[in-house]
Amino acid sequence: MRVNLTVNGRPQEADDVWEGESLLYVLRERMGLPGSKNACEQGECGSCTVRLDGVPVCSCLVAAGQAEGREVVTVEGLAEYARRRAEGSTTTGTRAGESASLDAARRWQAGGTDSQTGENIELAPVQQAFIDAGAVQCGFCTPGLLVAADEMLERHPNPSDEDIREALSGNLCRCTGYEKIMDAVRLAAARRSEEA
Amino acid sequence: MAANGAPAGLTQGSGTKGGIGESTLRPDGVLKVTGEFAYASDMWHEDMLWGQILRSTVAHAEIVSVDTGEALATPGVYAVMTYDDLPTDVRHYGLEIRDTPVLAHGKVRHHGEPVAIVAADHPETARRAAAKVKVEYRELPLVTDEASATAPGAVLVHEHRTDHHSGHVPHPNIVHRQPIVRGDAAAAAARADVIVVGDYHFGMQDQAFLGPESGLAVPGEDGGVDLYIATQWLHSDLRQIAPVLGLPEDKVRMTLSGVGGAFGGREDLSMQIHACLLALRTGKPVKMVYNRFESFFGHVHRHPARLHYEHGATRHGRLTHVRCRIVLDGGAYASASPAVVGNAASLSVGPYVVDDVDIEALALYSNNPPCGAMRGFGAVQACFAYEAQMDKVAAGLGLDPVEFRRINAMEQGTLMPTGQPVDSPAPVAELLRRVKAMPMPPERQWESSEGADVRQLPGGLSNTTHGEGVVRGVGYAVGIKNVGFSEGFDDYSTARVRLEAVGGRPVVTVHTAMAEVGQGGVTVHAQIARTELGVTQVTIRPADTRVGSAGSTSASRQTYVTGGAIKHACELVRERVLELGRRRFGSYHPAWATAGLLLEGGKVVTDGGEVLADLVDVLEDEAVEVEEEWRHRPTQPFDPRTGQGDGHVQYSFAAHRAVVEVDTELGLVKVIELACAQDVGKALNPLSVVGQIQGGTVQGLGIAVMEEIVVDPVTAKVQNPSFTDYLLPTILDTPALPVDVLELADDHAPYGLRGVGEAPTLSSTPAVLAAIRDATGLALDRTPVRPEHLTGTAGSDRHPQDPPGGARNVTPSAPPGAPAKSRSARGT
Repeated sequence: MRVNLTVNGRPQEADDVWEGESLLYVLRERMGLPGSKNACEQGECGSCTVRLDGVPVCSCLVAAGQAEGREVVTVEGLAEYARRRAEGSTTTGTRAGESASLDAARRWQAGGTDSQTGENIELAPVQQAFIDAGAVQCGFCTPGLLVAADEMLERHPNPSDEDIREALSGNLCRCTGYEKIMDAVRLAAARRSEEA
Repeated sequence: MAANGAPAGLTQGSGTKGGIGESTLRPDGVLKVTGEFAYASDMWHEDMLWGQILRSTVAHAEIVSVDTGEALATPGVYAVMTYDDLPTDVRHYGLEIRDTPVLAHGKVRHHGEPVAIVAADHPETARRAAAKVKVEYRELPLVTDEASATAPGAVLVHEHRTDHHSGHVPHPNIVHRQPIVRGDAAAAAARADVIVVGDYHFGMQDQAFLGPESGLAVPGEDGGVDLYIATQWLHSDLRQIAPVLGLPEDKVRMTLSGVGGAFGGREDLSMQIHACLLALRTGKPVKMVYNRFESFFGHVHRHPARLHYEHGATRHGRLTHVRCRIVLDGGAYASASPAVVGNAASLSVGPYVVDDVDIEALALYSNNPPCGAMRGFGAVQACFAYEAQMDKVAAGLGLDPVEFRRINAMEQGTLMPTGQPVDSPAPVAELLRRVKAMPMPPERQWESSEGADVRQLPGGLSNTTHGEGVVRGVGYAVGIKNVGFSEGFDDYSTARVRLEAVGGRPVVTVHTAMAEVGQGGVTVHAQIARTELGVTQVTIRPADTRVGSAGSTSASRQTYVTGGAIKHACELVRERVLELGRRRFGSYHPAWATAGLLLEGGKVVTDGGEVLADLVDVLEDEAVEVEEEWRHRPTQPFDPRTGQGDGHVQYSFAAHRAVVEVDTELGLVKVIELACAQDVGKALNPLSVVGQIQGGTVQGLGIAVMEEIVVDPVTAKVQNPSFTDYLLPTILDTPALPVDVLELADDHAPYGLRGVGEAPTLSSTPAVLAAIRDATGLALDRTPVRPEHLTGTAGSDRHPQDPPGGARNVTPSAPPGAPAKSRSARGT
């Protein structure tokens, strides 16, 4: 079947999608957006969390066909989404200056760890906070946590620790012990309230 | 240094920004938060196929027949391979003992063993085709525990052993056995005023790294293969892969792809050989990605263990002796079991002064899932038991458990049970003092004027209690872990360091084969290069096999050993740069002839701070490059009979205090706080150090209260291979984790550092258990503790060999008039 959806503000279509394919599979393997991670593929770990019409979901539990005609935001589009939100517009039109073509995205290979890589890239505040707080170790849980945390901060600009824990309870992390993830979300909230 | 505080007050190692001692941020952080970091499962290649493994549905069986016809006839399938299709006579692999068949040969020895592999054009096609491979099994009797392994006439898991341990073990179903005998434990026992005996069971834990086992094998035009892979040790993989493929090592080119955690679970091969075989067979790139179900079968686990301990002490609180027996279940294949046995034995007494010991540790072959490396590596199981024992002895003597530990705490110069002196700081008493001195979390912190916030109570959002029936407990534990590979292993690393001027700026390139698995090695390696060469811009090249081995990212060794190799290579680069400078500029300034010249801020400076030249002017268009191997001090094997020998290179120490609240009616535990004090020698990156300590602490919390791979004792089948049924701590299960970092330099190590990653996993588990015992008064002799153990509703899961009633106190008869020597430990 053919599936049409909007991903990070950009209309996409995927052909020859098998009925059993998940939204996660379509994003990762057909659209070249591997940012959403495949850690359990049964809705337990939250690594594949994306926003579907604004609502955080485990994309591994969404059948590709269920996404027909809907808007998806993945970690790859988080910075742009946050920027538009800050500008007062959360509707995602076609975004200008695409950062990566589908083809280029598909050709991503094991990257280097050049200390210069990634400089001057615009990040969402929560992304920057995860880096600054040391909340990223292996990083496999990070994309899902970022999408979930960003959505929680949208609803809850000044969350208590219990609010943060509750909102992120569907996202497993095996490296950090969560403390620095707590620090990161607190930091993102604090920076936001300073700006406000 | 406070847990969340800025790393102020630490010695700066360098005048160059981003050097050691600073909390430099990860170089891969931006890629990881934008989703652009390429993990092994993210790789893609034009025209690639998907590989899939068919695994055995039974634990121990003869393979009567395998029919691949229907699978091969499936549209979209390119290859189906079994043992008989392997290209060479080398068809087994293994870390130490090559006992693991690439694909099952004649029989399967554990549930989930690979039997056949398939390559197809869609992952679902590959899965469905694999399911069409028809395997007929004739089931065989099972070896599942020590009794069934060593009974007369027991089935042999490996009927034709020829490995170097096979001549020294009492039974062919024992992989390796290590006794340690020092002093005279029997005579010392006679001097004891109190003797405490305990039997403990430690459950099978899974590393549960989030990034599934994955890789991409691309056939080369030269008949070789390129493998992009998530692993912990590229060169160890290479040594095992190349012979099975029938290729020389230089035709198997390996590059590390993004690794989503490891914790020991990637030390053994998983899908490496399978992907290469399929790529070479089909001539197409083959990607393999395990799903979570398969991941539970695709890597070794932490050894479950049964531990029997006897501790004796004088009425003054001095330990007299330790006798213990540790039986680890290694499962169907050896993996790292021999080394785990050596660790469990040599670290079995813990960080205490005990002159008289009688120790035996062994690992079984069984038809249970294979077990091998996991964070803590044999020391974790021992620490759980000896710390429970320490509490029981203290209770028997009426001593405070921390005071009792302090009385017996080892210090620099103490002899290990192996006779090896601990020749660097061993601040065991100090770590206990610090962790005890940390402020306690407030009582009933869930209570407020509006009522209870159920989210902070045991059961949390389930709203099981509003505080009635909730009791609090506090527990302490401390542990000792070796750093680096032990027992005479040639534990080296290789670093290639290049310094050159690029675009008018000095640039350092560091190339090693170190696997970055999330621990932050790439960050500290750049910090070391900046410190040594005074250059801000450092590029860490991707790890691959085009440079010499870095050894494994395990045993808390990479910062020590590969960091040491980079430091050493940088020192040689610096010498050559200064020599270059002397040749070019020596005649202009006499200071060039003096000793103690430094590289700082991109310049050559005297130790008085006078700038002699810019590095770029010294280098001109020359690149200075050095590749060097570097080794830590040699170690010795343990004597096979006495266990004596200087087997370890370095020790690291951590102490924990756990505060728990237990709903005694429902058996629910909430860990309120888990505080840690650890000595790291030197914090090269304080932010990363704290992150490692907190992560290790929570893995220990997991084994204490929830994590266990459940293997059916009758069928030896894994019962819970999913994140639904294998419970991992979530952010709701995890408390505040304050950390106090101590930095007492080890003079033998680069910068005085100590390996950090493993020690916090040791003491975390027994601290939580001690706190639950304190709260409930129950004996609790197993991990994980489940609700049924707290409510008294557990059925018996006791091993038939265990004594009825479990842990018990034994008090020798007291001489007339002696004071009461033993008080019953709480709950026993």
